Amino acid sequence: MLLNKSVPNIPAGNLIHKTLKFVPREGLRRLSRKVVARALAVPMLATTLAIAPTGAAEVNSTGLAVTDDTVTVGILHSVTGTMAISETGSVQAEKLAIEQINAMGGVLGRKIKYIQEDGASDWPTFAEKSKKLLVNDKVAAVFGCWTSASRKAVLPIFEQYNGMLYYPTFYEGLEQSPNVIYTGQEATQQILAGIDWVVKEKGAKKFFLLGSDYIWPRTSNKIARKHIEKLGLKVVGEEYYPLGHTQFNSVINKIKLKKPDVIYAIVVGGSNVAFYKQLKAAGIDLTKEKPVLLTISVTEDEILGIGGENIVGAYAAMKYFQSLDNPNNEAFVKAFKEKWGKDIVIGDVTQAAYLGPWLWKAAVEKAGSFDIDKVRAASPGIELKTAPEGYVRIHENHHLWSKTRIGLAQMDGQYKVVHETEELMEPDPFPKGYQ
Amino acid sequence: MFADYTAAELTSIFAMQGFAGLILFSILVLMALGLAIIFGQMGVINMAHGEFMILGAYITYLTSNLFSEHAAALFDGYFFIAMALAFVATFALGALVEWALIRHLYRRPLDTLLATWGLSLILQQTYRSVFGAREVGVTLPDWLMGSYPLTEMIEIPINGIFVMVLTLLITLGVYLVMFRSRWGKQVRAVVQNREMAGAVGINTEKVDRMTFALGCGIAGIAGSAFTMIGSTGPTSGQLYIVDTFLVVVFGGAQSLLGTVASAFTISQAQSTMEFFLSGSMAKVLTLLVVVGILMLRPQGLFALKIRR
Repeated sequence: MLLNKSVPNIPAGNLIHKTLKFVPREGLRRLSRKVVARALAVPMLATTLAIAPTGAAEVNSTGLAVTDDTVTVGILHSVTGTMAISETGSVQAEKLAIEQINAMGGVLGRKIKYIQEDGASDWPTFAEKSKKLLVNDKVAAVFGCWTSASRKAVLPIFEQYNGMLYYPTFYEGLEQSPNVIYTGQEATQQILAGIDWVVKEKGAKKFFLLGSDYIWPRTSNKIARKHIEKLGLKVVGEEYYPLGHTQFNSVINKIKLKKPDVIYAIVVGGSNVAFYKQLKAAGIDLTKEKPVLLTISVTEDEILGIGGENIVGAYAAMKYFQSLDNPNNEAFVKAFKEKWGKDIVIGDVTQAAYLGPWLWKAAVEKAGSFDIDKVRAASPGIELKTAPEGYVRIHENHHLWSKTRIGLAQMDGQYKVVHETEELMEPDPFPKGYQ
Repeated sequence: MFADYTAAELTSIFAMQGFAGLILFSILVLMALGLAIIFGQMGVINMAHGEFMILGAYITYLTSNLFSEHAAALFDGYFFIAMALAFVATFALGALVEWALIRHLYRRPLDTLLATWGLSLILQQTYRSVFGAREVGVTLPDWLMGSYPLTEMIEIPINGIFVMVLTLLITLGVYLVMFRSRWGKQVRAVVQNREMAGAVGINTEKVDRMTFALGCGIAGIAGSAFTMIGSTGPTSGQLYIVDTFLVVVFGGAQSLLGTVASAFTISQAQSTMEFFLSGSMAKVLTLLVVVGILMLRPQGLFALKIRR
């Protein structure tokens, strides 16, 4: 396949897009990236690096960038290009966490320094930059990536050079790498609890599944459909629209005809705005008893673009909402707004990104070392009682045990939490019977 | 698939689906008119067309903020002022771009493609720096939202009606300007034979600048109207550009009537198929049909008959 030839680092089957608005230009860019990547490869290998002084040897036996009083980590997100819209919040959260950890005295007595690289919404660039962070900068951990496509692009590099990636986005699952800690929810955690809730509380019997046309919505809807059918209920429609689609009138007519109890929507990016505006214009009032709209793709960040008045009354199933009422979250929201401005909103992924540095710190301290292998061995079972979402714990499979909440969208663009699971949901990236 | 529904339900759904097709038709025409003028009449491949539309959307956003803060009483009417401002701003930017960039490239059509593509990247990054990377939400006056219930099943979206009326007015306006005014006659003369038009005393440079600016201005109005149905973000313009070119090329680049006819064909095909198939399949089939027809008729639906 052509893709394979021009991008040696990414197997063709792995080009998975999580949130992507415009694809056609990639072909153009990819060509030039290929040239750049080749040109860079040689000097990169030749670069020498400063090895930490002997004092640091006991906590660092593999030559990571650790000195007697500092440790260097990497932040790798898109701050330019299409994805900047989503990834900016994650960068802000990670910087805030690092600043707070440093104010508490750092990790193993060392202050965290970060090197920030820009993935530029371009998957080969992510691969290139992650290699730079691991090989040149010898960072002890990387906090980064957002789309599944970017994660898949850097995965072989993290596995080859044995790095540690903390990945914040909720995603479709079907992955488990020794070199990644997934701080967002995988698909089953988000989906099962949401559907159970809507069945129990709203007496839903008929579902209409809707999504943008790429792997995350399709995988998620597959899981949702299996679960709905397992409960003995009915899926009356399943529809996908291309990324960036702006005309939803036809599907809205279909929804009106099929009269589902629940519209299960996994629309992403700019399409979201079009979908909710047109739903409202077509006279489907989400604040009414039926149909209920349940989404797993709209966080507070997206509502900024959609407008609270267009989505008020919709429900979202996620692990975090800015309005969560607990002391941890209160402190987090306050600190976040002090650092990044009072008008800012915090979505699910932003909070998950905030967990990354804290989970890494806890694992390093448990291991008593920055060595990647020791941190990995120490990670399962790490707990975080100070997480804004409440208590979380790392599972053997590198995902987090976390609660799932249902939020009701308000006029002001915030969610009101109406339900949370009593127990932590077990992460299950390879759900049996759902594939 | 219709066995489960009553005749009344089906009638209303088909009525609404027909209406959805008409709305899509208006949107495509509105998107494509500006480009039809620029690409069709001047031969400039304007890749920044989407960004001109988004400039219009951002102007609408600014106007809406201004009104809600300083003149809340007049908020209901701000949309018209926003559209006028959007036209003025994009018209001015269009004239500037023509003067600084496009006029040097008239004899090199492929270079205009690259230059305007670069321009689109510059504009996107400018929007990102000025308005932030996140999409902005444009608040609409209440009367533009919601729907008008005709029967129990049939509900007519008000913003759909608004877009249709607007499209009608603008198409009419463009028709009058192009075919009933002295200036339009000059434009058509320049399109048909630039040298000869210059020889009989038409200031072709000025005609070019105004034509380009007019095309951009219409894009601005379209962008302003689309805040009602779509997103406003730095890269939102990219969502429209492919469809826009599709409509213009399919209709026959030099014919404005062709653009309208092509928008009608594409929108009706698209919305009918969307109803019976999934959204992605409908898009694929629409594109296949368009490609097929263009293979048989490379000049598009309507071609201008002139001696070269």
